[in-house]
Amino acid sequence: MELYTALRQFADSWAVVAFMIFLFGMVLFLFRPGNREIHRDIANTVFRNDDRPASDSGRSTEEAGGRTESEAR
Amino acid sequence: MDYVKLAVLAVVTVFAAIAANYARDVAYLVNALTIMLVAGGLFVWVLRHVGDKREPAPQNEYFDGVVRAGVIATVFWGVVGFLVGTFIAFQLAWPQLNFDWAQPYLNFGRLRPLHTSAVIFAFGGNALIATSFYVVQRTSAARLWGGNTAWFVFWGYQLFIVLAASGYLLGATQSKEYAEPEWYVDIWLTIVWLAYLAVFLGTLMKRREPHIYVANWFYLAFIVTVAMLHVVNNLSIPVSIWGSKSVQVFAGVQDAMVQWWYGHNAVGFFLTAGFLGMMYYFIPKQAERPVYSYKLSIIHFWALIFLYIWAGPHHLHYTALPDWAQTLGMVFSIMLWMPSWGGMINGLMTLSGAWDKLRTDPVIRMMVVAVGFYGMATFEGPMMSIKAVNSLSHYTDWTIGHVHSAALGWNGMITFGALYYLVPKLWNRERLYSLALVSWHFWLATIGIVLYASSMWVTGIMEGLMWREVDAQGFLVNSFAQTVEAKFPMYVVRGLGGALYLLGSVIMAYNLWKTVSGAKATTRAPATVPAE
Repeated sequence: MELYTALRQFADSWAVVAFMIFLFGMVLFLFRPGNREIHRDIANTVFRNDDRPASDSGRSTEEAGGRTESEAR
Repeated sequence: MDYVKLAVLAVVTVFAAIAANYARDVAYLVNALTIMLVAGGLFVWVLRHVGDKREPAPQNEYFDGVVRAGVIATVFWGVVGFLVGTFIAFQLAWPQLNFDWAQPYLNFGRLRPLHTSAVIFAFGGNALIATSFYVVQRTSAARLWGGNTAWFVFWGYQLFIVLAASGYLLGATQSKEYAEPEWYVDIWLTIVWLAYLAVFLGTLMKRREPHIYVANWFYLAFIVTVAMLHVVNNLSIPVSIWGSKSVQVFAGVQDAMVQWWYGHNAVGFFLTAGFLGMMYYFIPKQAERPVYSYKLSIIHFWALIFLYIWAGPHHLHYTALPDWAQTLGMVFSIMLWMPSWGGMINGLMTLSGAWDKLRTDPVIRMMVVAVGFYGMATFEGPMMSIKAVNSLSHYTDWTIGHVHSAALGWNGMITFGALYYLVPKLWNRERLYSLALVSWHFWLATIGIVLYASSMWVTGIMEGLMWREVDAQGFLVNSFAQTVEAKFPMYVVRGLGGALYLLGSVIMAYNLWKTVSGAKATTRAPATVPAE
């Protein structure tokens, strides 16, 4: 019963509350102002770098349009 | 480095030979010989290449060779797994198919784990490894980390499949559902899996994109959780180092709870989280528009992760498991309905404004049907986890129907969609060989699933009702054999559904083969030209 006692103590402690705070905090954090642009950018990740990895110069050419030339063909 | 490899391979080869010599059972003997041949063969191969000049991996190209191999393995194991499944479906309808001359190797009891492992771990696992390697490179804008470690993951995983499958046929099993492989196969899988985790994490760490795309979150959750589940559920002590038999560390109801904590999270993280990674990449790609709501996808992820891990006890309703644990499992299963449908809506709505593609593109049709089945299965599952419903559905074929509408509909269809997307890309072909054949595959598979699921609903509810039927004096009305007899027509229909699904997958294999052997696309620029 050692394991059971340990788990039980964990469940009876504030750990459950910590889990809840993390989960709901995560959701609230999502809706903070300014996230819309960031999320649009991440959602368009799939349309970049389809054929080869990003070059050393970074993604300067791709920031503007969101989609790369390979996607526009 | 080569000398270290040679030393390790030599030790493994010799040890496997000794193990084969002392083997206590035939499964262990055959597995030891397999390992000896593989390690010996690798030894010779490494020896012949000692001192060869090796070009450093080109960092301006993606590592797609291992993805191509993964696609081939996925198609191959898929057809094999569906074939075995169809055969054992007919074995249930006509027991004569448990041939006397092939006893005990080809009877239902040994072929059934072969079927489940082949479709879940060989077909599904290869699909997950291949697509995760493809997706993590594209969304990180970086080549796979760790050089040839990805090849080790691929071939190591195939070795795991071969060891497990040959072991089942020869009688090695630790009799835990979906965790049948014995101790030494489990240890091997742990090594391969940690290498997989390292490759995936390493690629994420050297990414060129500022953010980690949501598909990678799902893939990562799948890899990490499966590692944890696999290790805990397979804690066992071998009876002898020269034999396949082992004894579980947990006993009684604790063992049952650990097994279904594993079992349900194999569903939740292997067959759901991993395949959701596929959904969040390949549906936006095929629809050519970004995911409907990125916020919803993140909520989907965290809610799924937080809820799924607690749902396992619903497999043990009305058993020795404490009541509170059963209720906990039921409540969390019902709560899971919400994030699951959030994810389904997110996948479907990605097509908003592009619904016309459904008419012209059978590949996207396949993906949409997959998401539809995801939604259906994640409604049916929570419903079946309610204790009152479970008292009717548990131990009946309804469960088997539920599993297959989810596995064939969701996992199968999304994988087929991803394969149809990937093959022209990976082999640099302009298009698939034939869209008409994709349509054939789509309809054969869909009708197959409908036949399978509906026959299992009928037979499951029927047998559940027959089992609980009592007469005026309180005696049971039906014997078990009578319920089996009543199920015969539905078993034939189920086998037929499986045969249609198998036929569809063979058509896919032919179509993909013709695509690869066809003419190369000429529009793509050669890979040596730098970007921009």
